[in-house]
Amino acid sequence: MALYTINVNGTSHQVDVDPDTPILWVLRDNLRLLGTKYGCGIAHCGVCTIHLDGDAIRSCAYPISEIKSKKIVTIEGLSETGDHPVQKAWLEHDVPQCGYCQAGQIMTASSLLAQNPNPSDDEIRRAMNGNLCRCASYTRINRAIRTASKDM
Amino acid sequence: MYLTRFRQIGIAALASALIIVFAIACKAKNTVNGYVSLPEAQKKDSLASIAAFKDVYAVLMHPRCMNCHPSGDIPLQGDDSQIHTMLPQRGPDGKGIATMKCATCHADKGVPGENTPPGNPSWHLPPADMKMVFQGKSARELALQLVNPDKNGHKDMQALREHALDTLVKSGWNMGGNRESPPLTYEEFKEVWYAWIDNGAYAPNK
Repeated sequence: MALYTINVNGTSHQVDVDPDTPILWVLRDNLRLLGTKYGCGIAHCGVCTIHLDGDAIRSCAYPISEIKSKKIVTIEGLSETGDHPVQKAWLEHDVPQCGYCQAGQIMTASSLLAQNPNPSDDEIRRAMNGNLCRCASYTRINRAIRTASKDM
Repeated sequence: MYLTRFRQIGIAALASALIIVFAIACKAKNTVNGYVSLPEAQKKDSLASIAAFKDVYAVLMHPRCMNCHPSGDIPLQGDDSQIHTMLPQRGPDGKGIATMKCATCHADKGVPGENTPPGNPSWHLPPADMKMVFQGKSARELALQLVNPDKNGHKDMQALREHALDTLVKSGWNMGGNRESPPLTYEEFKEVWYAWIDNGAYAPNK
């Protein structure tokens, strides 16, 4: 075990965990931030996506020892009142079916739009390739991202 | 009389020299584990260089090396060199694009486990303006590409030699999980890599 200080959603936290612990489990088990989901545990599904210094990363593949002073944002910290353009578009297009993947989808989409506010359909498809939706709501996801891009 | 004696001495000296050169060439002839580095004066031995490259080629074409030197713009993956799931693109700097960067899943150090993404601080493909493709290359094509600064990442022979010490190259032997290692050990690879370069970096005929 080792003591780590991490910045999550603008707040500093101290946790005592094994250095190899994926940041996903620190968020869920230690900080009780349950919006970030566990899917595959091997970075194949994108469900656990969070932002690390603004970049989308798979939290199941990043051990806490590699976080260092980088700032983490989870779905809980994306916006104060759930009004990020991607979240609004998600509601507008009624995107979720079962909803399990949506935190990861929204975190990836918001990272894409922060880097590229007006992506083409191809760019959206490529950027979202690592986020699986077992309900196959991909068409609505893409439409919502296009809508959100107008609001960025 | 004197001339004959000098001639005999000359012939004996020439014969000795030939025997020594032959012995060195035999010793230098590579086996996977048996390569003996030659002294500076004896280097630039095309046979030894080409023999060493045979082993270099076997390593470079192994999935642990070739998977990140694909012929297309998507990396390969696994011991069967399949197209990388999620289809991440090379990007201009070889580090991916937007939300599909290498570092999206490959941390500086990965999480232990059988199928978790291996970690490395400089995980990347060659950049888009110099793709340094290994996949599909013959031994000759690859050797010629490796020594050409316009196709090898602008490396001179010294930089090419030192590339064996690159952390990403080394990580090919330490990918974790049940991933197969290249056919030589890392130390053996360095030996044949240096032997190929130090003996003249010759390209095989095919």
